[in-house]
Amino acid sequence: MKKFLALTLCLLLTVSLAACASSAKSTETSVLSMATEGTFQPYEYYDGDKLIGIDVEIAEAIAEKLGMTLEVTDIAFDSIIPGVQTGKYDIGMAGMTVTDERLEEVSFSSSYATGVQVVIVKDGGPITSVDDLFADGANTVVGTQTGTTGFLYATWDIEDEGLGTVKSFAKTTDAVEALKNGQVDCVILDNEPAKALVAANEGLSILDAEYAVEDYAIAVAKDNTELLDKINGALDELIADGTVQSILDKYIHE
Amino acid sequence: MAQWLLEMRDEFIKCFITKDRWKYIVGGLGNTLKIALVAVLMGIVIGSVVAVIRATHDKTIERMRPGVGKVLLQIGDFICRVYLTVIRGTPVMIQIMIMFFVIFSNARDGVPVAMLTFGINSGAYVAEIIRGGIMSVDPGQTEAGRSLGFGYVATMFYIVIPQALKSVLPALANEFIVLIKETAVACYVAVNDLTKGGEIIRSQTYSQAMPLFIVAAIYLLLVVFFSWLVGKLERRLRSSDH
Repeated sequence: MKKFLALTLCLLLTVSLAACASSAKSTETSVLSMATEGTFQPYEYYDGDKLIGIDVEIAEAIAEKLGMTLEVTDIAFDSIIPGVQTGKYDIGMAGMTVTDERLEEVSFSSSYATGVQVVIVKDGGPITSVDDLFADGANTVVGTQTGTTGFLYATWDIEDEGLGTVKSFAKTTDAVEALKNGQVDCVILDNEPAKALVAANEGLSILDAEYAVEDYAIAVAKDNTELLDKINGALDELIADGTVQSILDKYIHE
Repeated sequence: MAQWLLEMRDEFIKCFITKDRWKYIVGGLGNTLKIALVAVLMGIVIGSVVAVIRATHDKTIERMRPGVGKVLLQIGDFICRVYLTVIRGTPVMIQIMIMFFVIFSNARDGVPVAMLTFGINSGAYVAEIIRGGIMSVDPGQTEAGRSLGFGYVATMFYIVIPQALKSVLPALANEFIVLIKETAVACYVAVNDLTKGGEIIRSQTYSQAMPLFIVAAIYLLLVVFFSWLVGKLERRLRSSDH
């Protein structure tokens, strides 16, 4: 009886393992997995329990062109590049700016949108222009989201220059909450989510001058040149036929 | 092998030497130590007071004469039990978010908020540990103290609590080890602690293994050092055993 049981178990194990192997193989060819961070309106955000936004729609359009189905995973922003590097996800798309440091770790597709870093402040607060951040003897507490370009700029331009300190939060919404409480003096983040946040929270405004202008692109693992070429091909077509622009127009109203 | 060592060295330089990134780790370690130390001390004080109130209530309430003292003790016990239930019943991460974003919403610096949160949190666990210790001390000890002319409070603090602390030391040390590591949650309120130091380096260099392992090793060293101290204390206390 025992032997029979052991044999059955062995058989079950083999079958299930085989099933695993075959399913893994099939996902590799037909699913395009994308890592993002879902608090970045209008690029990616939740509508009910579904992630929508510019990045998600562009990725869907690319996947359709490549004959694949898109699978979106919401993870911490600073885990996206490691996730793409290790092959956990095929692409990383989260309003991600191309920087030299990031280029050392992953490849980027051609750019599909332009991002602008802006500063938001509380009305009546001490900071009234971007220049105030760089005035002699400035001592600003800057709120950011860990790992974003806003965080990197603030660390390099302000903290390292002795012009203040940087407080980094897990979410942009937490940084904005701290700004509303007066726990930080300003928050540096991308223009479009900033607009959405300022619209949703009374008493906040965006400073006129831009902090920095940058290009958004799709992150792909360095050794996956085949996928990068395919994505660039699809993206070029989508830009040429106006699909990308119409997606951008759908979400961004000037 | 040599190749691997060279790569490790480059990684190390990139993560800790370039742009003086080691400062994130050192500064973070300072904050972690500050928070843990204050929280441990606060935990002992809060825990002892709560434990004494709870233990006194459980041991004496039935034999007490009705009066103001009895009512006060019952109120005190009730407050302590609410405190224990709420603090032990909610995650410390939620507690620190509530403290930072709601209760102390005008606090600019997260470090004192973290100290207070972890102190209050630790106090609840310490209270139950010490209460267990107090309840386990032979009633004869209290009776002896009282017949020698000590008041109730003096008997508690000079005779019962020292014996109780000695027997619960391993459990207390355990609680503090958990506390040291739990302070990592403080990075949710933008405190630059040891964990956050590693996070910042990871987000700037995109290196994962090196910063993570170094941060893990520092926590490990802290805990090993602390356990060693407690071991020494235990040996010292044992010298009075006959």
